[in-house]
Amino acid sequence: MKRSEMLSRFLITVGIFLAVGVPLFFWSSTPLIHAHVAEDGGWNPDVIQANTGEPLHLKLTSDDVVHGFAVGQMDMQSVDVLPGKVTDITLTFDKPGIYTFFCTRWCGVNHWRMRGTIEVSGSPSDPEPVEPALSEAERVPLYVSLDLNLDAPHDAPVIPSSQPSAINGQQLAVNLPISLSPGYYRENSPYQVFDHLSNTSLTETQRWDVVAHIWQSNTSKESLSNGQKLYAQNCAACHGENGAGDGVFADDLQAAGESSMQTMTGADNMMMQTPVDFTNPTQMLGASPALLQGKILRGGMGTGMPMWGSIFTEEQIWDLIAYLYFFQFEYPK
Amino acid sequence: MAKIELTRIPFIKNALKSRYPQLAVFIVMLVGYIFAILAGFIGTPVGSHNFSIVFVWIAWWAVLILVAVPFFGRGWCAVCPIPLPGEWLQRGAVLSPPDKKPKWLNLRWPRFLRNIWMQNISFLLLALFSSVLLTTPNITGIVLAAMLFAAIGLSTIFERRAFCRYLCPVGGFIGLYSQTAPIELRIKDKQVCVTCEGKPCYNGSQAGYGCPWDVFPGGLTKNTYCGLCMECIRTCPHDNIAVNLRPFSADLAKPSTRMDEAFKAFIMLGSAMIYAGVLLGPWGAFKDAAYNVGTSAWSIYAIIFLAIIFVILPGFFTIGILKTKGALPLKQRFASLATALIPLGLMFWVAFSLSFVLTNASYIIAALSDPLGLGWNLFGTANATWQPMLTYILAPAQTLVLVGGLIWSARTAQKAANEIKVSSTPVIVFCFITTLAMLWLLL
Repeated sequence: MKRSEMLSRFLITVGIFLAVGVPLFFWSSTPLIHAHVAEDGGWNPDVIQANTGEPLHLKLTSDDVVHGFAVGQMDMQSVDVLPGKVTDITLTFDKPGIYTFFCTRWCGVNHWRMRGTIEVSGSPSDPEPVEPALSEAERVPLYVSLDLNLDAPHDAPVIPSSQPSAINGQQLAVNLPISLSPGYYRENSPYQVFDHLSNTSLTETQRWDVVAHIWQSNTSKESLSNGQKLYAQNCAACHGENGAGDGVFADDLQAAGESSMQTMTGADNMMMQTPVDFTNPTQMLGASPALLQGKILRGGMGTGMPMWGSIFTEEQIWDLIAYLYFFQFEYPK
Repeated sequence: MAKIELTRIPFIKNALKSRYPQLAVFIVMLVGYIFAILAGFIGTPVGSHNFSIVFVWIAWWAVLILVAVPFFGRGWCAVCPIPLPGEWLQRGAVLSPPDKKPKWLNLRWPRFLRNIWMQNISFLLLALFSSVLLTTPNITGIVLAAMLFAAIGLSTIFERRAFCRYLCPVGGFIGLYSQTAPIELRIKDKQVCVTCEGKPCYNGSQAGYGCPWDVFPGGLTKNTYCGLCMECIRTCPHDNIAVNLRPFSADLAKPSTRMDEAFKAFIMLGSAMIYAGVLLGPWGAFKDAAYNVGTSAWSIYAIIFLAIIFVILPGFFTIGILKTKGALPLKQRFASLATALIPLGLMFWVAFSLSFVLTNASYIIAALSDPLGLGWNLFGTANATWQPMLTYILAPAQTLVLVGGLIWSARTAQKAANEIKVSSTPVIVFCFITTLAMLWLLL
């Protein structure tokens, strides 16, 4: 065989080897976490292993639309995951446990199903100072300790004729024997407090104003701002930017109906429902913060409302709840 | 304008006669092609960031339809990597002279398939699925791999480049439009070929292989089936092969009488119009129908697609030429006059591709640095953002191209009509109406 023929064959072989081998090598040594809309599988992989104290480097990419990535119960800024692009992120976990990561972009009607877990093993890298042990009652969520039935109707039998004003309520409450404590606020619905005020000489409108004052006293501008941010990012897609249950996915949820219900058998009411309208006073004024906490923590159990217990911290949930009542009451600017 | 023989220039002649420059290009092309297949399977499924989509359907397509075909005819076929593995396997060598005994079955291509109907069908098969093909990397990977393996398979069964000549979905229209190109490969002196013993340009010799395209260069009168592989330049013992620079559309002076070629002109004309409407138009329902392959909406789209190409356009064309009174039967008049659609179709494709390519060309810059979507940044351009290019010249350029195409086709119609002694008016009216339709679709 001529040298030129041999050389040609060699060059072709090398070329093909390079065209196949090099990309395959780099592809196999670049583990990516792929994001797809939930209907196409969500996150892949959706379980990631990590060790406490060791940086976890993740490379995220989207195979379809824009997604976002954040880890629940963690102080981190969410990052965008763009189609065909790679987003690098490094996480370090101080405590072992199972963390939930989730999509932070409204990628589709089943956006909220895009979740995965990071299983962090090892011992806490930074042992916390010894704190007094919490009692059983302190460890369980309030709605559990109050034994609330989250799925029972909780409509307020009476609603105000106009939006209650916290400013008016503040003046009226000066000489009233009422409690502004967080415990009282969280355990009672606005209607229950309104009812407690029935033995006063206040008119119905005034009583609702005092309720608004109590609710306002149990929040702060910072807390409301934080709640608003959480609401806009996580709730408004379904419940609407103005809380009216008319988010961009609301119609899709209604159309999806039974076909998109979660896998469960039983009650007819366990099917995809239209999102709750937070501007509806009958529903909102009959719901206590503890009840709302339960609904947020647990989710709607097949109604389409996701569970947020593994994502939001307790403080975030109370901030969010405070913001939900903002749709009912008029607070000072 | 007289022809200019480019092979008189020693540099060009030596570059074409030597196998090494072509081999170097072949290797680069083959590596790129195999990488494109691989990228389709292992790269990001997001088409706009995957090498297979960006470099095949944007970069390659731009080069092919805006430069290679209009100016070099089958210039792409001269460097196409698809037939190479099969051809090397068939020959048992890359460069060495052929063995006397064929290594494989070496059958002749069946006589009844010696036309471009198979190419018409293969093009339509891809065209009907184009919305998915052009956007889905793994489908592109499958199609590219299928073409490579089909070419290999046919090379082991049939002699020469059967895939290129009779099956390649791209080769069919390149051949049709190559007639308009200002480049040709022809013999210098017919008498030399007549008296040449052994016809090594067709049968091969120790200097090289017999024409892979199954063409006897001595009989070449048009570019359609000459793949510009340059084997005949190497094998001709009389230095009787020339590559010439010539006026545009020189081959169209002698209109074709073949129905497969006539329908190829309609297929290409109709496809350009349908693509302009479906891929660039504002009609979401059409896009959805074209994309959702297998659904009833897609079936309707496919039926409409085929009806436009095989019934509506040829139907109106036939009605138009019915009354042209010529000595030739209608079928022959149809085939001859359809020659006028060749420059028109080419310009439709150029106008459509200008829009498509200028809109999407910026993806090339990003994909160059991260061809698989793995987060690489090889040349620092991975984060280049999508930006339509030269949008301000798009509409004027498209108008110019379409109007130029209309004038060109009208002139071609006159020549074709003169050749068969009929009126060219119906054909010019047909070209005028379709150009108006294309202008409306694009602008």
